[in-house]
Amino acid sequence: MATPPLPSTLTEPSRRHLIGGAAGLAAAPAVVRAAASAAQPPPPASRGSVEMALNVNGRDRRATMDVRTSLLDALREHLDLTGSKKGCDQGQCGACTVHVDGKRALACLTLAVAAQGRKITTIEGLAGADGALHPMQQAFIDHDGFQCGYCTPGQIMSAVACVEEGHAGADDEIQEYMSGNLCRCAAYPKIVAAIRQARAQMGAKA
Amino acid sequence: MRPFAYERAQDAMLATRYATAQGQTDAEVQFLAGGTTLIDLMKLDVLRPQWVVDITSFGERHSQIEIGAGGLRLGAFATMSAVADHPEVKAGYPAIAQSLMLAASPQLRNMATLGGNVLQRTRCPYYRDPSWQACNKRTPGSGCSAIEGYNRQNAVLGVDDKCIAQYPGDFGVALVTLEAEVELAGSGGARRIPFHALHRPAGQPHLEHTLQPGEVITAFRIPGGPLARRSLYLKIRDRQSYEFAIASAAVGLDFDGGVVRQARIGLGGMAYRPWRAQDAEGALVGKPLTEEAATQAADIALRGAITHGHNDYKPDLGRRTLVRALMQARDMEA
Repeated sequence: MATPPLPSTLTEPSRRHLIGGAAGLAAAPAVVRAAASAAQPPPPASRGSVEMALNVNGRDRRATMDVRTSLLDALREHLDLTGSKKGCDQGQCGACTVHVDGKRALACLTLAVAAQGRKITTIEGLAGADGALHPMQQAFIDHDGFQCGYCTPGQIMSAVACVEEGHAGADDEIQEYMSGNLCRCAAYPKIVAAIRQARAQMGAKA
Repeated sequence: MRPFAYERAQDAMLATRYATAQGQTDAEVQFLAGGTTLIDLMKLDVLRPQWVVDITSFGERHSQIEIGAGGLRLGAFATMSAVADHPEVKAGYPAIAQSLMLAASPQLRNMATLGGNVLQRTRCPYYRDPSWQACNKRTPGSGCSAIEGYNRQNAVLGVDDKCIAQYPGDFGVALVTLEAEVELAGSGGARRIPFHALHRPAGQPHLEHTLQPGEVITAFRIPGGPLARRSLYLKIRDRQSYEFAIASAAVGLDFDGGVVRQARIGLGGMAYRPWRAQDAEGALVGKPLTEEAATQAADIALRGAITHGHNDYKPDLGRRTLVRALMQARDMEA
């Protein structure tokens, strides 16, 4: 990969400009702290292939990946965690849903390099250490909450978060808060039934 | 996706070193926060930054939700979901909470920040697909494919003969309606501007906002009071959830006995930028809010609409959406 040339504004930072900027920003707390480091060079940027450290399902994992790699591709192609699925790869279908710092997020619109330092949980990290299924996984089986199963890991990760957020009350609330996960087989009624079952077992806030 | 260099900015000063036209179409440096617009458009080859500067570390200092006597202050790095779920925002500023809750999906609302949300790019299909050469927003001077093309979701207010792209957001419509202000930090110092001055009017479609190079949105301020309490956001979509508006209305009302003392009206799914209909507001003041009065105001609000075929339905839908929103706000317990 070719190294992108630095914009001229980056290669020739004006010290006077930086210090003047810091003084002018004295009212903004975020910037006051920065003034001390204004004359120091910025940390080196990451380009091309870089070694990254990701915390996935409680384990620290390292891999060398292109800086463009999405979290989804990092999981699937570099860390052998193929449970998270690639549906649309542009944030529209929810098949790649994982938890980042405990909140559901789309792995396809997250850069792996930016996910360093966060705690990532995938469908592989949901079951107990003894292999016992999470109540939501069991509920999807009990209610036949899928046909082809491709969207299911994303549905389950989203459903667990839906209950933990307290958004799994009435059926219409479940439907609204599961709308980010599309199911081409239209197993929606059974997905709602599965969430109702797991909600009770998870000790829901809802 | 094209190659780029990634860097984490630890503080605002570092970000201001990237003194380039951040946020504009041809910018070689782009700031990364939630990433839900940026990464999407980089995958589509619409945005081609050489540098991606991750500014999420600012979030620790700029994500607070503060409610005081003067109003509501929202840190620009707060996520959409944090604000949409906040009990006091829901009670005192329903239009704000509803505009966020009714947008995108739970996953995207967990990722997207408020600052990025207001700067999200149009969903015009020709902007998002570089195989169409003509797009003045993507390539200045190349023309507009939507004017003669498939324009069902394109704007009818504030458009010109260069661009009919629709501003896709909801939160921005609530902000312009409730007369919000924007706090900014950059190399030129901290400053505050009215939200209505953040987005440029039509004319140069590739220039969407008025931020200075390297400037970052740090907070939004929304005045409190009766207009904010009796406010709502009504969104009309092709499907019930997880879809952009084809019409929406943000309204705020303040009554003196049975007559309107003040009114605020904003329209979404209709316009080139977050749209406030001040003439329509004026038509409501000093009168009881009947359905007839609301219809008259809605006629004024959509008076200047320019349609292009597939979006001929929009002015009617916009009027009816606004009338319904006004009636619902009148009947609110606030």
